[in-house]
Order: sequence, then C-alpha cells, then structure tokens
Amino acid sequence: MPFDIYDFTSFTKWIDTSLHNAMSPFWTTITEMLIIGVVVLVFYAIVGLFLVYAERKVCAFMQNRLGPNRVGPFGLFQTIADLIKLLFVELIPIKNADKFLFNLAPFIVIIASFMAIAAIPFALGLHAIDLNIGILYVIAVSSMGVIGVLLAGWSSNNKYSLIGAIRSGAQIVSYELSVGLALITIVILAGSMQLSVIVEAQREGWFIFRGHIPAFIAFIIFLISSTAETNRGPFDLAEAESELTAGYHTEYSGIKFAFFFLAEYMNMFIVASIAATVFLGGWMPFHVGSWEGFNNVMDFIPPFIWYLGKTAFVIFMMMWFKWTFPRLRIDQLLTLEWKYLLPINLVNVLVMAFLVLMGWHF
Amino acid sequence: MRSIINYLKEIVFGIWSLMKGMKVTGSYFFRPGTIVTQKYPNNRKELVMFDRFKGEVVMPHNEKNEHKCTGCGICEINCPNGTIEVLSKSILSEDGKKKRVIDKHIYRLGMCTFCALCVKTCPSNALAFGQGFEHAVFNRELLIKQLNNPGSQLMKGVE
Repeated sequence: MPFDIYDFTSFTKWIDTSLHNAMSPFWTTITEMLIIGVVVLVFYAIVGLFLVYAERKVCAFMQNRLGPNRVGPFGLFQTIADLIKLLFVELIPIKNADKFLFNLAPFIVIIASFMAIAAIPFALGLHAIDLNIGILYVIAVSSMGVIGVLLAGWSSNNKYSLIGAIRSGAQIVSYELSVGLALITIVILAGSMQLSVIVEAQREGWFIFRGHIPAFIAFIIFLISSTAETNRGPFDLAEAESELTAGYHTEYSGIKFAFFFLAEYMNMFIVASIAATVFLGGWMPFHVGSWEGFNNVMDFIPPFIWYLGKTAFVIFMMMWFKWTFPRLRIDQLLTLEWKYLLPINLVNVLVMAFLVLMGWHF
Repeated sequence: MRSIINYLKEIVFGIWSLMKGMKVTGSYFFRPGTIVTQKYPNNRKELVMFDRFKGEVVMPHNEKNEHKCTGCGICEINCPNGTIEVLSKSILSEDGKKKRVIDKHIYRLGMCTFCALCVKTCPSNALAFGQGFEHAVFNRELLIKQLNNPGSQLMKGVE
C-alpha cells in the first residue's frame, strides 16, 4: 500500500486498481462514489462542528470574553454537546405550512454546499472530481443554496421568514456578479478554469503576488462579496436577529435547523477554500524566488496542512469582519454592490487583461 | 472630474475607517490579557471584588472587640423594608448614670435590597458593606444575622 503525504495520487490509484481487480467497472464506480461520499460526510461533520466552536471562540476573544470553556479542555466538546441537544429537540409541525417544500428546503441548502466540496482540491491527488470548468461549476453549484433559502422562507407561512428569504435572494443575485468577476480576473491570469491547473500554475508564486495590484483588489472584492454570498455578518440581513427573529429559518427546529446552521458554516468553509485555492495557491507551499533552503523547508510541510492553513486564514478574516462591522441596511448593501464593487471589478478585469496581454506579471 | 475624485476619496476613506475598526477587535484578539471574564467558581481563592461592591451589611469591630454603634436606631428608621431591627438595653455606666447600648443589631439579609441608606445615614459610621456574596443557605432562619459580636462594647469616644 503506497502512502505518501506529499502526493496522494499513487494512493488513490492503488485503491482504484485494487477495486477494479475485485469487481466489475460498474460496481467499482459505485463503490468509489460511496467511499468519497462517506469521507466527505465525515469531513463535513468534523469541519462544521469545529467551525462553530472556532467562531464562538474568535468572537469571544474579540469581545474580551472567554467563550465556551466548560465542556472538555478549552470547551472543545461544547459543539458536540450542542449537536446532541439539537438531535433531541422536537420537530414542531407548522400550521398551514407547505409540508413538502418545508421539509425539502434544508436538504437543498445542504446538498448545494455538498456538491461544491467535491470540486475542491485538498492536496495533490486528493481531489474528488477535477472538472475542466471547475470554477464555473463551483460558482453555479454554490449559488444553488439560495433556492433552499427562498423555499424555506416561502413555505414557512411566516412573514419574517419570507422577508428574510427575499432579502437573501436580492443579496445573492447581486453579489454573485462580484464573486464571478473576481474569479474571472484570476481565470484570465491562469488561462484555465480547471482548479488543478490553477493550483499547478502557482508553483512559483501565488496569484495574489504574481498578479500585482489587480489580483490583490480581486482578492479583497472576493472576500467581501463571498461574505455576502454566504449570508454572514455584516451582510446577514437574511437572518437579522433584531429585525426578523431568525429570518428564513425562524420556523425550523431540531435537526432541520441544524442543517441550516451547518450549511452556513460549510458555505463559509467552501468559499474560504476557493479563495485559498484561487488566490493563495491552494495546497502549494510558499516559495520565494531563489531561496533554496527556505523553499526546501516550506516543501517539507505537507500540502494538506498548507491548504488547511490558508483556508483557516481566510475563515479568520471573515470572522474578523463579522465581529467588527455593524450590519448594513438593505439599500446600503445594494449600493455597495452596484455602485462600488461592480464598477471597480469591471475596471479590474480590464487592467488584468491588459497586464496579461503585455506580459507584465511574473 | 471632481465627482470621480470624490468617489475615489470615499472608497479610500471607507476602507480606512473599516481598518480602524478591525484594528480594535484585532488587538483584543491577539492580547488574551484583555479578557475580563472571571472563571468564577474556580478562582474563588484569588477572587477580589471591587471596593464599592455591596455584598452584605456588616458592622466592623476593632481588635479589642469594640464597635461604633450607639444604638440610636436611625438605620432602623431609614430602612425601607424593615430589614434592620436594633434591640437596645440600658446599663449603668461607671459614674452611676443610666446609658443606652445595643443588645442585638438584627440584620435580615433575605429582605435587604442593598440600597445603602443605613450605611449612608449612620451618624457614627458604624455600618459598612462587606465583600462576601455567597449567601445561599438551606434554611431561611440562617439569613437573620446579628451584626454585633457577642460580648462587644461601644468604642471609647463614640457618643
């Protein structure tokens, strides 16, 4: 069994060939899909639970508090206790709610984030599906979550839910533009939409450094607009507690609420991993020109750690935004998008195209 | 042209003001020393309450077991909900005169609202606020306290 933490290609190949030897190609595909599904599910649960804990800790430290510190060392098991409690909570049936859509909505939200995770390269060879239009696929799939949010708001038969859902729709439709254009800036620089090619192109230097100022501006715009896309503060109008009780998931309880909660954190993780992959070099180590020794030390750190570290950095930035800035009003939100981010973004794409045309990037 | 400059100025100013806010929260995040939360039941031994904390009404005694309460009853009159009861007795002083001293200064902690009227109005500063705050007991009778120590006397020079 070949196993190498720097290159998982041989390991996944070995699993593939040994499955092929044992059964027919049809059943091999089915088994591989099952294995990946289970692995992603476990990863999903662990990351979701850890992110809830991390959010509470980060928020507490920024507000001069301690955060969860009773269950387990440093309160590490707090979220597990919360999850067990949520599993036991009663599922309250809503009067005059559209039962089918009401039950379907949490699954749509969670499936949308589940599908996006398949296209993300975790390390060399740890990549469930390497589409040649990876970025397009990720944008398309991650924006499907809003359908679940809209359905949840519509089917709950509750005015708060409906207002929250419609706000969320307006917000995601407008901010999707900025996310797409920010990623297009890097697609111009990389010359490909395939995520593995994009990561490979950053072997000599991450795109945020190679693309000069336009790449940096694109990174900032991506951070802002993806925060808005995941319905997180300061853009959390869809679930503004002080105005709409809980927004689109007001009527949900128990495990269905947990699905929405988990999907919010997973969307944050997916957005952060896309930012890490596209702008910060994915699992590529940090290299500086001709410093041989430094580069060798950086190569020694496994790619998976690099990937997780960069993702954690982006997630920390998003949490920092959330716990610093006050919530925007709906008109301020749309002004920010249509009057500031979109024009800057369009100019930015033009500048980047010019830069690539003249060959001024590294 | 002017409007474009204003537009760019607005963006730069906006980013600058956002960074200012992030500097505050970021500095708190990276300095765990600024955390104000007390890990209460664990730090019972080193927990210090602040000076003006109103834990309970106490009557300070000096090392010779003397207090300053003359038994005038002003605290009892001022107490809005009848928490304090001053039971006085009369004794014969050294020069053969009758003198009023306190027998028992009864303080019912369960009824006290910590308004501090008794402490503020005491003419001889006999009462004060203590720092103790863990008053939970299983029997209500235990909340009725006698503030003067048994066998204590009036401090010399306090009339």
